[in-house]
Amino acid sequence: MKHDLLYRKKAQSLVILLILVVIAYLAMIITQFNIFQSLVSIPKAIVWSVTNFYPNASALTKIPDIWSRLQETLLISIAAASVASVFAFVFALFGSRVTEVNRILALISRFVANVFRNIDVSIWALVLLFSFGQSSLTGYFALFVASFGFLTRAFMETIDEVGADSVEALRATGASYASIVFQAVLPMSVPQLISWVLFMIETNIRSATLVGILTGSGIGFIFDLYYKGMDYHSASLVVLSIVLSILITEWISNYVRRAML
Amino acid sequence: MKMIRTAGPALTGRDPFTAKRIRIKLLTRSALVIRMTILMLALLTLLGFLTFNYQGVNFFKGVAATLSNFKVIFIQPAFAHVTFQGAIGELLITLSLGILTTLLGAVIALFLSLFAAKNLSNRMTSNIVKELVAIIRAVPTVLWVLIFAVSAGLGSVAAVIGMSFHSISYLTKAYSESFEEMDRGTIEALEGCGASWWQIVWQAVIPSSLTSMISWTFIRFEVNFGVAVAMGAAAGAGGIGYDMFMDSSYYYNLHEMGAIAYFILIVAMILEYGSVKIKDKIRA
Repeated sequence: MKHDLLYRKKAQSLVILLILVVIAYLAMIITQFNIFQSLVSIPKAIVWSVTNFYPNASALTKIPDIWSRLQETLLISIAAASVASVFAFVFALFGSRVTEVNRILALISRFVANVFRNIDVSIWALVLLFSFGQSSLTGYFALFVASFGFLTRAFMETIDEVGADSVEALRATGASYASIVFQAVLPMSVPQLISWVLFMIETNIRSATLVGILTGSGIGFIFDLYYKGMDYHSASLVVLSIVLSILITEWISNYVRRAML
Repeated sequence: MKMIRTAGPALTGRDPFTAKRIRIKLLTRSALVIRMTILMLALLTLLGFLTFNYQGVNFFKGVAATLSNFKVIFIQPAFAHVTFQGAIGELLITLSLGILTTLLGAVIALFLSLFAAKNLSNRMTSNIVKELVAIIRAVPTVLWVLIFAVSAGLGSVAAVIGMSFHSISYLTKAYSESFEEMDRGTIEALEGCGASWWQIVWQAVIPSSLTSMISWTFIRFEVNFGVAVAMGAAAGAGGIGYDMFMDSSYYYNLHEMGAIAYFILIVAMILEYGSVKIKDKIRA
């Protein structure tokens, strides 16, 4: 009996493994992914990066250019996340089960957040390119919309987790909606909300590169410029600057998180 | 927690009614940090708006144009350069890119996470792997893909390998954290029985954290679908993102962008529904 159970378990995991292998195989056929070619390409890529992908002296002269673009990108990422957080908080209040005003408003705000979140930031960038052209605003709005969608969901979950009991208690004392929100919900959830905003800024800096390549603005644009001009030394410097700024942002937000909680 | 001012009127010995008002809100370190953070974010946002490169774009005109574009996109979707079946095929390519990336990432992350988990390896190895993974994550995915594209050429090989880096990094972190949650006693008991390290891993560690590993992997798959769309657009990786990019940058066809956006939206919502369901099941 026990032997039978073990045997069945083994058979079950074998079947699951087999299904996964079949799915992977089908996916390889559909995408024309060649496993041998990819195995060959990894050492080739390493050799290429060691011999070509490092900043040299002429790349260092481009530091001022890169710095001004990086600054623009960082400010766009921060502005998008901060402004989006204000809108997201309002929508989260209406959408959260704990603080919803009425059913219809809750459904609408949840639906809006859902649509905004599930369309990738790259698509927003492509759509906004039509009306804002190659300006910082395109990047800003693309990141804003994506941040808004994500933050609304994150804030909603935070309010749901934090608020339930205290909101009920305040409601029983006859407190108004405004005082429930500003005296209980907001103060209790603020560290968590800021933590999400900081996370969003990190994500935005990463996506800003992608958005920049698509829309021709910020740090992504200057990378694309060097990359397409085969100036790989300068391009590597851009990558280095992005990595450093992301690591520094991560470090700062970890510090803030530890100090807050 | 440090309190800046704590003396209440009762302790000072003065008449409580003439004494100063009691401070209800204390300025603790955490409150100070919160205020400073909000202030900094507000200042940087303001600075951003003042220094943005507007290139003569009128803000309100742009917003109005965007709204009318949205109307075209969401109300009048139509196919032009791609057929309905063609779009489904492209969608399958994007999904397959996501699947391959997730599976490749999961397999490599499984081994890396064993070295990253503090209770399974030693402190130094764990720290090295975790730092390495953090640095990998600091390079945006699109840059990984483009760097690989130089030597492997644009296409699915560069896309899958480049996209796998972030999956590996993300899943290594997630897996190793769920390994670390495991009860120390189980491992000690097995060690006491003379079980080898691999036996402990395969018989105790992985079975007990399998459910959370599966949920993390599926969540990553959801993310990877979005990444695959983006890589199709930005790095020529093929799939539905590439069609979107062509419509936006060459054909200027908003109607077709709308149709494609609906396709992507539906798949993304199904995936999100799936991962929410899986998360609920695991939490319960």
